[in-house]
Amino acid sequence: MYAQMVKSTGRGVKSPEEMTPEERAFQARIDADEKIEPRDWMPDGYRKNLIRQIGQHAHSEIVGQLPEGNWITRAPTLERKMILLAKVQDEAGHGLYLYAAAETLGVSRDAMTEDLLSGRMKYSSIFNYPTLTWADMGAVGWLVDGAAIMNQVPLQRTSYGPYARAMVRICKEESFHQRQGFDIMMKMAQGSPAQKRMAQDALNRFWYPSLMMFGPSDATSVHSAQSMAWRIKINSNDELRQKFVDQTVPQAEYLGLTVPDDGLAWNAEKGGYDFTEPDWEEFFAVLKGDGPCNAERLQARQKAWDDGAWVREGLLAHGRKRRAAGIAAQ
Amino acid sequence: MSDEWPLWEVFVRGRHGLSHRHVGSLHAPDAETAIRNGRDVYTRRNEGVSIWVVEARHISATAPGDKGPLFEPSEDKVYRHPSFYDIPDDVGQM
Repeated sequence: MYAQMVKSTGRGVKSPEEMTPEERAFQARIDADEKIEPRDWMPDGYRKNLIRQIGQHAHSEIVGQLPEGNWITRAPTLERKMILLAKVQDEAGHGLYLYAAAETLGVSRDAMTEDLLSGRMKYSSIFNYPTLTWADMGAVGWLVDGAAIMNQVPLQRTSYGPYARAMVRICKEESFHQRQGFDIMMKMAQGSPAQKRMAQDALNRFWYPSLMMFGPSDATSVHSAQSMAWRIKINSNDELRQKFVDQTVPQAEYLGLTVPDDGLAWNAEKGGYDFTEPDWEEFFAVLKGDGPCNAERLQARQKAWDDGAWVREGLLAHGRKRRAAGIAAQ
Repeated sequence: MSDEWPLWEVFVRGRHGLSHRHVGSLHAPDAETAIRNGRDVYTRRNEGVSIWVVEARHISATAPGDKGPLFEPSEDKVYRHPSFYDIPDDVGQM
């Protein structure tokens, strides 16, 4: 998802007998659906795992602004431009909520940014694909934000209080993102033959990368088992992917577009669609840094970080000077 | 310079005459910028009519371990709630 392949302790879930009394009490709180708050005791693994997951999620929101920012100056109408600006601004806010949640675990924002820029921390594979036409703005909102919602709605119930609260805010805003994307797709799909071709092309290119967002099957992953025990992951990757396909295929049909999968078929027995898995080789290559836009995305982040340095430093110095002089806001 | 802008906690008063409520945090170099950024981040959809910001380091809080001694004593004082008293129906609304 926005946080893919997050590594947990790697040692599997401890049985109650293997746990220390503190760990047992902690697990009991989670099992009783109690929220864990920043200053509460927590196992080191829980803290590290959460920092990785929330940090990756935050980075994804920030890097995710780039493929859409690409179209702000070229939006077809002023209204579309305002909508896209509002959406991209939301993503910046989502990044902020999530960085703030991660910071409550004792990691600094600058440290996370530096880890992103050095490649030590990842962001979602989906944002390493280019946005070639205006129809891609539709596909990104409809499919990418749609897939994100699948994952984020259950995370509102995650065990870590600040993370859960950030998710509540994000989910409220995310629904606008998906709907504006579908609205673009509707316009294109009902437009001229050339527009409809663009819409189909966007679906063709974003379908499998969207399925990859959920990550490879984690039915046997020790990392996922631990994350689920800690309730920082609620559903399995396959479960969410299935749900996404079942929800999205009828929407594609409504648009009169074809999902680019010859193996797609309704399976009445399981009450869901059978579908072709994405190319996991491609997924791992993109995650490793070999996607079409990895270098470009990181370059853009590095440039923003470097070019913004004088603003950060200048305002900090100004703030300190004013504080020293005893000047408050009003 | 690797210094970060200080962390601020943001409180917003919603539309309906409510108290200010904590909505989240942000980094800002000074109070003025914290308010301006708080407006951009936390009230983009009519969520508020007033904003407070306070630097996070100025907040004092109870420790998680104090939860028992501080808050449990009120659990057995049921007589502080109106439902503790049985008033006959004949008395009417009270």
